[in-house]
Order: sequence, then structure tokens, then C-alpha cells
Amino acid sequence: MFAYYLDLAVRSLKRNPVLTALMVLAIGLGIGASMTMITVLHVMSGDPLPGRSAKLFVPMLDPRTPDHAQAARAGARDTPDAFTFVDAMNLLREHRADAQAAMSSGSAAVTPADAGQHPFFANGQYVTADFFQMFGAPFDAGTGWTNAQDDARARVVVLNAGLARKLFGDASAVGKLVRLDNTEFRVIGVLRDWHPQPAFYAQHGARVFGGADQFFMPLQTAMELQLSFRGHFSCWGDGAESRTSDQCTWLQFWVELDNPVQVFAYGRYLDNYWRDQQAHGRFPRKDAPPHLFGLMAWLAHEHIIPDSLSMQMWLAVGFLAVCMLSVVALLLAKFLRRSGEISVRRAMGARRRDVFVQFGIESALIGTLGGLLGLAIAQFGLWSIRQRPDGYAHLAQMDVPMLFGTMLLAIAASVLAGLLPAWRACLVPPALQLKTQ
Amino acid sequence: MDILPILATLRRHKVILWLLMLEIALSCAIICNGVFLIVQRVQHMDMPSGVAEHELVQIQQAPIAPPPDRYARAQEDLATLRQIPGVLAVGMTNQVPFGGFSSNGNVMLSPTQPHRTLSAAEYFGENLVPAFGLHLISGRALVPDDYVDADVVIKALADGSSKGFPMPTLISQALATRLWPQQSPLGKLIWLAPTASFRVVGVVSTLARANAYNTATAQYSMIIPLHMGADKDQSYLLRTRPEDRQRVLAAAVAALKRADPARVITHARTYDELRSGYFRDDHAMTGMLASVILAVLLITGLGIVGLASFWVAQRRKQIGIRRALGATRADIVHYFQTENFLIVTFGILAGMLLAYGLSLLLMMHYELPRLPWVYLPIGAIALWLIGQVAVLGPALRAAAVPPVVATRSV
Repeated sequence: MFAYYLDLAVRSLKRNPVLTALMVLAIGLGIGASMTMITVLHVMSGDPLPGRSAKLFVPMLDPRTPDHAQAARAGARDTPDAFTFVDAMNLLREHRADAQAAMSSGSAAVTPADAGQHPFFANGQYVTADFFQMFGAPFDAGTGWTNAQDDARARVVVLNAGLARKLFGDASAVGKLVRLDNTEFRVIGVLRDWHPQPAFYAQHGARVFGGADQFFMPLQTAMELQLSFRGHFSCWGDGAESRTSDQCTWLQFWVELDNPVQVFAYGRYLDNYWRDQQAHGRFPRKDAPPHLFGLMAWLAHEHIIPDSLSMQMWLAVGFLAVCMLSVVALLLAKFLRRSGEISVRRAMGARRRDVFVQFGIESALIGTLGGLLGLAIAQFGLWSIRQRPDGYAHLAQMDVPMLFGTMLLAIAASVLAGLLPAWRACLVPPALQLKTQ
Repeated sequence: MDILPILATLRRHKVILWLLMLEIALSCAIICNGVFLIVQRVQHMDMPSGVAEHELVQIQQAPIAPPPDRYARAQEDLATLRQIPGVLAVGMTNQVPFGGFSSNGNVMLSPTQPHRTLSAAEYFGENLVPAFGLHLISGRALVPDDYVDADVVIKALADGSSKGFPMPTLISQALATRLWPQQSPLGKLIWLAPTASFRVVGVVSTLARANAYNTATAQYSMIIPLHMGADKDQSYLLRTRPEDRQRVLAAAVAALKRADPARVITHARTYDELRSGYFRDDHAMTGMLASVILAVLLITGLGIVGLASFWVAQRRKQIGIRRALGATRADIVHYFQTENFLIVTFGILAGMLLAYGLSLLLMMHYELPRLPWVYLPIGAIALWLIGQVAVLGPALRAAAVPPVVATRSV
């Protein structure tokens, strides 16, 4: 029967080629537009560190004065997005988590040893010792540094694979010297091209998606050498705009907590720290207790995905709804026009179910064609997004789950769209229609 | 034309009618909000910078090794740049309107004030008014005697000393009006720290912030006469005739490289490039919104064409009968046009409510203002037009049905 109904459907679709093309186009455009945007959001909201992310947390303390908190950026966010140096160092020293690290983004001028090469700027991260182990950054050679080297402000650096290759070619970089902003650093480790997407650990900004950090050096070394830092540096009160002030936030702070008990204990510890500091006259915002964000919750809180992208996705979904309504109305009109044909079939013994299946197959066929077109349109849409200059552009690729998701969405949408018309069609009474003819 | 028979006919196609109305309502909601979003983005993109945009180029450079005297190096560089033919003015700044990298200060109206009054952009640097092409509307310009080396001020701030203050400053008109409405700002004092006071000596008409996300505070700026010295956060500004920009830019980069080969040019661009880079996202978003609106109109229009064609085919016989009974071709066309107008109108009425609901949803999730009612008629007019255009073809086909059809059976 299926083959027969399919044949009937093909014949019916061929009878009105323009209309068929119109319906396929409507489904295709709707599916294509929404799948493009859903795919972009899907790849952007992926877990940057699968397997580890559940153990990583961002503690957040609000040391600001109430007026500063109120006037801060565009409203709604009630927590600062960074730490003061004082709090970061206190938490590092007290060492209550399995691992903890403070960090800030920066950039430095790299002078290649080969005089023929021009100096250039590279982006990097100033971090403390636990960074590599906590985030599971894979070393190709060498290792990170120790807490003692942090305190000694050691002139050591870990390079990412890209910069190591650029400077030293295929030769091993470990042990070599590299000149960053006019100071010699000893390379003690090389990472295996590590660039989690998004770069969750850094301050939220334009570089969260896209380019990888090319070097990592001890935070206090960078501060001593007054290298250039990037990111928000926000001061209040009479904090004389100094990196070491307790009235300027600029550092990111991460901790690793292996189980819920530790998470709970760390939360208690933060509360105690907060109260203790309040007793010393800090943390004037009594209504803003400390917070402990999980990695994914932190990314959501920081709006890592631009609002405009999620708005574009909802627009596309709205467009899909308009397309689907259009297709339902067209199918309904088309099926009901064949009331005469349906009456004859019913009068000759076809059950309602048979009529329903016949028309269901016809709409599913349109849906499948529309889905295929949608898939092609989505690929084109993703291609055009990859041409955008934004950092996330290169991520816009359809993976296997999204591929199946697209087809599933297309078929589900079209079956759903065909359901109402097919149902109305099977309600056509056998005799009445014959009479009116 | 009597609309009652049309309504009576429509009652026989309730389900299709509902679907079509829902589609039109949804389109109306998307179009109204979409147009509103576009207008907002366009207004945002039109934000004035205050600088002579088409005459400006920016060069940001960084020395690999810090020069022995960065203040002297800055003066040398400025002198070098001034020599380039076609340069009208040179300057140096720590930030550029819409440059992205911003430096802001907490402005207070008294040294003992517990909380700041507002945050304003702090422009430091050399010769900013002529180099940016700003308009001084009252007071005096900054003169060489006003300038102090940045290190001196930083040291005074760190020591809590008020030596050297108050310093002269220029502020933007928007900031002056906000701080002292109805009064002359000239001679007034503001504080950026309890020891750091500044006396307003002049007012410039407009100068936007480097990071202007909030339209209300985008124009709060002040210019402070500090020598910043040559380092990597500072930019050189060159003003020239629009047609000379590319040549001047290339010559300036070459001249700076010649003066010190061991430096890296991190940015060399015209102000127009900088500005379009800053608003790139808004530009992409307006494009996206406009194409969605067009696509929605297209799909809705095609849907109407399809349905109207069906109805025409279905009613061939009735049309023939009407023609045979004396209806003119125009009557038939009008019938379909009125029918379409009614359907679209019902859809639009529902669509206005939906548009409002959608606007509330957007306000909740995206910090957007409420949809002003003037946008509602835009969606309505667009849909009425597309409806009439779409129905015209099928209606003309209906009018072509000959009266003789009435006499044929089946």
C-alpha cells in the first residue's frame, strides 16, 4: 500500500508543480534559516572542557561599594566579573580547594631570535601555577611552574604549539630563551595546541571565541615587569588605580572542587571569608553574599553567547512558524479540493485510516523534500556565517547530531503540518460529496 | 460592495481562515518588532562621535624596547608626523570614540562626596581639539602650559597630594548640561579622586566615549592635558583631507618605522574603518532583520497566492453563475480583493496584540525598550499591500471565467 500511496502522492504533487515547489521552498527556507542559527548556538554553547567542567568553579565576591555596583555596566548583572588582587592572593594562599589559580589576559611583543623575522605581538595569559593541572592543559614537552616560582617571579614561560612552531620551527622549544616585551624568558613547557572554545577562563570579551592564547607566564612576573594587561580594570573609592589595590577588580579566579562535599565546604569557607573581611571594613554590600558558579553556569551568567545571536535564532524560529502555517493552509486547501476524489475512495470501501495515511504520506513527501532543501540552505547559511569576521565564525560547522536534528525537525515539522489537513481530509463523508457533483 | 455574503462564505472555510489569520498575525508581530529593532540599531549606528570622521587616521604603535624617555619620543614622533605633506593636524590620545578600548573616571562634584556622580570618559593626550576636529563652543582651548607629564600626576595621586591641582579640563556639552543644568560650566570644579580636582576651562560640542553602549551616557567625556609619552596604549592621530587619507597613512607608517625600526605598528587605519568595525555587529544584525522581514512577507504573500488560486478554482462554477446573473468582471475582482482585505485585517488585529506580547518578551530577555505604537501601522500597511498584490493575480483569473461555465455540469 505504501508504494501505491507514494505513487499517488507523486502524481498529485506533479499535477501542481508550482504549488509543490512553493511548499517545498517554504519548508526549506524555514528549516534552513532556523537550523543555521540553532547550529551556531549549539556549537557555541558546547562544553569547552568535557569531562572536567563539572569540577571547575568560579567563586565570586563583590567588594564594590553600592553606588559603583549600581552604576556598573548596563544594569542587570548583580555580581562583578572579576577579583581584586588582594582577594585572589588571600584565596590562593589559604589553598582550600584541590587546585586554584588567578589569571588575567595580556599581550606582549615577541622578538624572534632570528633577526630576519619582524617582532610581533602575541596574546597570552598571566596565570598562577595550578592553572595547567587544573584545566588539564596537555603538555607536548616540559611542564608548568611551581608555586615557589610564582612567588619568586620567575622568568619562565609556557608556549602554545602555534607560537613555539613560529619561533623555533620543529626543534624542541623547551629550554630555549624567548624575548617577550624586552625581557628574556626561559621556555619550560610547550602545550599541544590548547584552545578550549570558548576560552572560558578568560574575562568575557571579544576574544572568548577564536584565537588561542599563545603564551602563559606567571602572573606576578607580569605584574613586576608591568607588562600590558587586557580586560576590564574597574576601580572605585580612592583605590589609586593600582593593580595591587583592594578596590580594583581585574583578575579571574578559578577553583577545582572534586565532589559535592567539597563544593559545600568551599561555599562555607567563602561565606566565612566574606564575613571576616566585613569585620575589617571591606565588602560594604551586605546584600551581595559570595557566589560559587559552576563552569557552564558561569558562561551563562557572563552571557558568553551574544544576545544578538539568540535573538537571531528566535527570529529564525518565528520565520519557520510562518512558513509552516503557510504550508498547512496550502495543504489543507489542496486536500479539501480533492473532496470528490476522497468521497469516491470512501464510497468504494476505503477506511478513514486509509485516507489519512494516503494524505499523510503526501505531506511527509513534501516535508522530506523541504528538509533536504533546508539542509542545503543551512549549509549555505553556515558557510556565509564562516565568512563573518567574528571569532565564533569558524565554529559554524554542522556536526552529525545537528545533521540528524535538521532532518528530524524537517520531517517532524512536515508531518505535523500534514496532520491537520490529512485529518480534515479523512473526515470527508463518502456520500455527501458524490451527491453535490 | 456588500461584505456580508463574503463573511458567510468565509464561515465555510473556518480552519483555513484561522490558519491564514494566524500566519498573518505572526508575520505582523515579526514585522513590527523587526522594523523597530532595525530603527533602534540604525539610530545606534548613527551615534555622533564629535570628531571629523572622514578626515582622521589613527596609528597605534608599540616600541619593542621602551625608549629612554617616552615623553621625548612622543614629541619626536609628533614632529616627524607633522612633516608629512597633506597633514593638517597631529595629536596623540589614549582612546578614540568607538575605538573599543576605553578609559573612564568617576566624576564627583565635591572631594568628600561618598559616591561618584557619574562615570565619564577621560581623554588624555596632545593637541586633541584640532587633531580630532572638535568644536570648542565656549571657554578657551588648552595651551602648552596646561600640560603635565602623566608620571607626575600618578605620583601625586599615589601620595595623596593635591599639588598641581586643580588642573584645567575641557568637557563635552552633554556632560556640562548633566552636571550643571542651566548654569555656565566655565570655572566649575570636578573631582576624579578626593585629591584630584579639575577646573572646567572650555566646552566642546560633542565627544563620544570609546565604548558607548548606553546612549544616555555615551557623550559624557572630558579632556585632560597630560603628556602620556610613547607607549603601546597611545595612538597618534592625523587629520588630513579625505582624499589624502590612504597616502598620509602609508607615509606616516613609513616615517614612524624609519624613526625607530624596532617598533610594531598595531593599528593603522582610517577613522571610517574604525567606526564601521565598532558597529559591525549592528550592521550584520540589521541585515539579518531586514532579510527575515522580507522573507516573512514573501512567504505570506506566496501563501495568499496559493490559497486564493485554490478558492478561485474551487468556485469556478459559482463565479460563472454570478457572471451569468449579471456581475461584471470588476465585481468578481472586487469580491476577491475585499475578501483578502477582510482576512488580512482580522490577522492584523490579532497581530497587533501578538506584536505587543512579543515586545514584552523581548523586553524581559534582551533589555529592549517597549515597542512604540507607531510601529504597529507599519506592519499593518505592509501586510495589506502584500495581500492585495498577492490576490490580484488569482482575482484577475477569476474575472476571466466566462459566464458560460454556469451552464456546464461538473
